[in-house]
Amino acid sequence: MTADTMAQATIEAGRAPATGVVEMRCAGPWTVRGIAQLEQRLEGLSWPPGRELVIDGSAMSALDTSGAWLLHRTVRSLEKQGRSVRMQGLRPEFASLLQLITSREVAAQGPVVAAPSMLAKVGEEAWSIVLGTMGYLSFVGETFTVLFHSLLQPSRIRWRPILHNMQIAGVEALPITGLLSFLMGIVIAYQGADQLQRFGANVFIADLVGLAMLRELSPLLTAIIIAGRSGSAYTAQIGTMKVTEEIDALRTIGVVPQELLVLPKMLALIIVMPLLTVYTDVTGVLGGMIMAQSKLDVSFKVFLDRLDEAISLSSYVTGVSKAPVFAMIVALVGCYRGFQVTGSAESVGQQTTLSVVQSIFLVIVTDAMFSVVFNILDL
Amino acid sequence: MRTSERPASGEPVIEVRGVHTRFGSAVVHEGVDITVYPQEIFALVGGSGTGKSTLLREAILLQPVASGSIRVFGEEVVGMGDEEALPLRRRWGVMFERGALFSALTVTGNVTMVLQEHTELSEKLIDEIAAVKIALTGLPADAGPKYPSELSGGMRKRASLARALALDPELLFLDEPTAGLDPLSATGIDELIRSLRDSLGLTIMMVTHDLDLLWRAADRVAVLGNGRIVGVGTMTELSRSDDPLVRQYFYGPRGRAASEQAWKQKSIS
Repeated sequence: MTADTMAQATIEAGRAPATGVVEMRCAGPWTVRGIAQLEQRLEGLSWPPGRELVIDGSAMSALDTSGAWLLHRTVRSLEKQGRSVRMQGLRPEFASLLQLITSREVAAQGPVVAAPSMLAKVGEEAWSIVLGTMGYLSFVGETFTVLFHSLLQPSRIRWRPILHNMQIAGVEALPITGLLSFLMGIVIAYQGADQLQRFGANVFIADLVGLAMLRELSPLLTAIIIAGRSGSAYTAQIGTMKVTEEIDALRTIGVVPQELLVLPKMLALIIVMPLLTVYTDVTGVLGGMIMAQSKLDVSFKVFLDRLDEAISLSSYVTGVSKAPVFAMIVALVGCYRGFQVTGSAESVGQQTTLSVVQSIFLVIVTDAMFSVVFNILDL
Repeated sequence: MRTSERPASGEPVIEVRGVHTRFGSAVVHEGVDITVYPQEIFALVGGSGTGKSTLLREAILLQPVASGSIRVFGEEVVGMGDEEALPLRRRWGVMFERGALFSALTVTGNVTMVLQEHTELSEKLIDEIAAVKIALTGLPADAGPKYPSELSGGMRKRASLARALALDPELLFLDEPTAGLDPLSATGIDELIRSLRDSLGLTIMMVTHDLDLLWRAADRVAVLGNGRIVGVGTMTELSRSDDPLVRQYFYGPRGRAASEQAWKQKSIS
């Protein structure tokens, strides 16, 4: 590195020949790159005894603000020890720079913040969760108020952004959702094949794959992919708009940000998610079917005949009916987190992470609640 | 005013020769030549879209040049790789138009980050040096622990300047140092730029629209127009220029007000 090969600043003790006063001679470049080793040397330097000290700067080849600060700091600490320090031989421009640094001296130490106690941390964390929940609920409330107003005046519903969002969150998600649920169907059939073969119940593979995909996995999988794909995008988009004050700009021109930014996204997802779920139902079952034929010798025709008997309409409907609820969760959490962004680029990243984690968490919790409710309703 | 009497001498710090720049089919520069001498405050002006900021970005290796030569500290920067540019980059500081402070770091953090990256000094000394830089730019001491989003526009510019000064550069590039500031803060920046040059011996190249800043701080000014330099000189020299583009720039209503203001100040002092 250049810093090592460059000339280094030095300070050497000596005695002035004429007067015999102790003299410290500074030499070399006292610059930000020249003082790296000097700093450590100064720490361990044993200053010669004597109340009077002369610092001779005539051999100093360069001085910048960092070097001047180090010199000033050294002089100040010597003076604190009760010595009187005199500078000599400093070039006029160096002297004026030193003067400038001395005049601008400030307390470098920032305010020391004591680490909060364990109890305080727990309290703060709990309080922030409470505030977050309240904030989320009020955001949901506001959004539904806006939705209500829009429904009263259907001309205010912005179809163009809704269609645009459907394209981005729905149509463009077809390959990835389709592929993943296809693979999921294969995995379930593969895992089930062994067990079923043991009982000679090969044909029940259709029950296993069909029920698992249609009732649970397909809506859940779709919601999780959409949360990662679109929910995070919503947070990043709204968050960046918050940083660049675009949200404030919208308010000043009399547009409710929720109406322009949240409603189209939410409505688009509500429309698109059930459709995606139906689509992943098909691809998932297709995956299972292919596996059933190759591993269990269950032909497509037999599989489909069995599927028809095994899957009641209610199983299919319960699966698809979850989708709009998941859509709402993903859209609302994504947008809410976007609005929570404050000022910095780092905050955008944090909120995006939170958005994905929380929406997946809420989707799974809601799915569990659905299971309980459907069980009670005997669906 | 001592600024206009400063002689333009010594080895040039920046030498731009015959620079051509194109964005697709749009030609921005068609043979631009400028020379910046040590310890000079050199300003680049021109109407919108004349490629002032582009030229500055080319000099600091953020933008490629179609043809021509740009020498900074005697080294050709056109076509230079990042590896070779590192030693040069340590010798200059850049203040961006909108500050470009790292939003995740405090003001102190923005300055110390540069020092930590390029020096082997102790944490304590780095913190102290950062505080000195922040104080040098005229920010109050309590600005250090604040985040960029908590600062006003003027303070953000000063914080950005403090970061540009972190490694004690010899050359400072300022992109629109007073843009978006109120007149009082802008005047503060004028004075700051001059005092930094005087006390630290910096060479400063800036791009600006601010006529007051030009009259108060710039030693020499180059006017860009039609892809080339249409006039170079002190503000007094330029104000006598016959070039229509220069006259248009300095003799609009705002130009006249700023020059009258400058004359008044001169006659008072």
